[in-house]
Amino acid sequence: MPKEIIKQTKLEIAKQPEGLEGPGFFATKIDGVIGMARANSLWPLPFATSCCGIEFMATMGSHYDLARFGMERLSFSPRQADLLMVMGTIAKKMGPILRQVYEQMAEPRWVLSVGACASSGGIFDTYSVLQGIDRIIPVDVYVPGCPPRPEQIIEGILKIQELAKNESGRRRNNPEYKKLLNSYGIE
Amino acid sequence: MEDLLNKISLKLNAKFSNAIISSELLYDFPVFTINSANIHDVIRFLKEDDELNFHFLTDLTGAQTADEKQLSVIYHLHNMPKNWRVRVKTYFDINTPEIPTATDLWPGANWMERETYDFYGVRFIGHPNLKRILNVDEMDIFPLRKEYPLEDQTREDKDDKMFGR
Repeated sequence: MPKEIIKQTKLEIAKQPEGLEGPGFFATKIDGVIGMARANSLWPLPFATSCCGIEFMATMGSHYDLARFGMERLSFSPRQADLLMVMGTIAKKMGPILRQVYEQMAEPRWVLSVGACASSGGIFDTYSVLQGIDRIIPVDVYVPGCPPRPEQIIEGILKIQELAKNESGRRRNNPEYKKLLNSYGIE
Repeated sequence: MEDLLNKISLKLNAKFSNAIISSELLYDFPVFTINSANIHDVIRFLKEDDELNFHFLTDLTGAQTADEKQLSVIYHLHNMPKNWRVRVKTYFDINTPEIPTATDLWPGANWMERETYDFYGVRFIGHPNLKRILNVDEMDIFPLRKEYPLEDQTREDKDDKMFGR
């Protein structure tokens, strides 16, 4: 890139967490450091079932380039993934499979529900379609749209990153979180 | 097509008296409505007769009549060498939705009959594995019957005022 363009572009590296700084040392909370590391190296598991999945492919491609946010690598194994991205209509028959994928993910894990169908059933107000994935698994961020544009999906991801940065490093031991999981019947 | 309709009508009338309820040409397509007691014999005859030779089952599906009192099963048969096609329908009471299976004639009828059972609750007598195929196993309705609503009934945020239910 020519120097002029670099000057005009707002390039920022990830901000360091608050802490005490002095010559040769920097002291901070471990939660802040871990949160920063987690937020900037999320491994998403794409669970794409329909048109929102196509928008996700555009988001992942070179034009919108999700890799800018530390998501260079998609994880197609739930055991290695941090972020479950559900994109598209989830039929009732798909429900138990989605739930099993969520249960196989290790903590910390976040869920992004992309599009009207995943969030609420969307236009498919019918006997065969799950009326929102939050009926079977807890959701962290909802992205509206039918389908949402890649910019909206990126916005949703940035919200997930905010969550990852700011929450306690021991989220899974938090009684509130345990209660939430128990309300879905997940141990 | 007129010739084909007459040919099949003659053969069926000669072989099965009273089995044919109606025979007509709809959009240049021969359609037969058959008494449900004779349906299996009739489609067997259509398949095994040397001249007619409707050896291929294109489709098998169900339907419900507008008065909601009857179900029907519709067979689409095809004779590939001569490129003859025929549609065979049979109607029966919705309270006793039983009809002989066609899996003994065409193994391909297996999944089509499971689908028809899944959506209309037609019980195909003699089917080797009659269970739901597309919907969740726990479903306790036959969703394409008119007595069951189309919409998912567990939703509370949609009402008549907003969504025209």
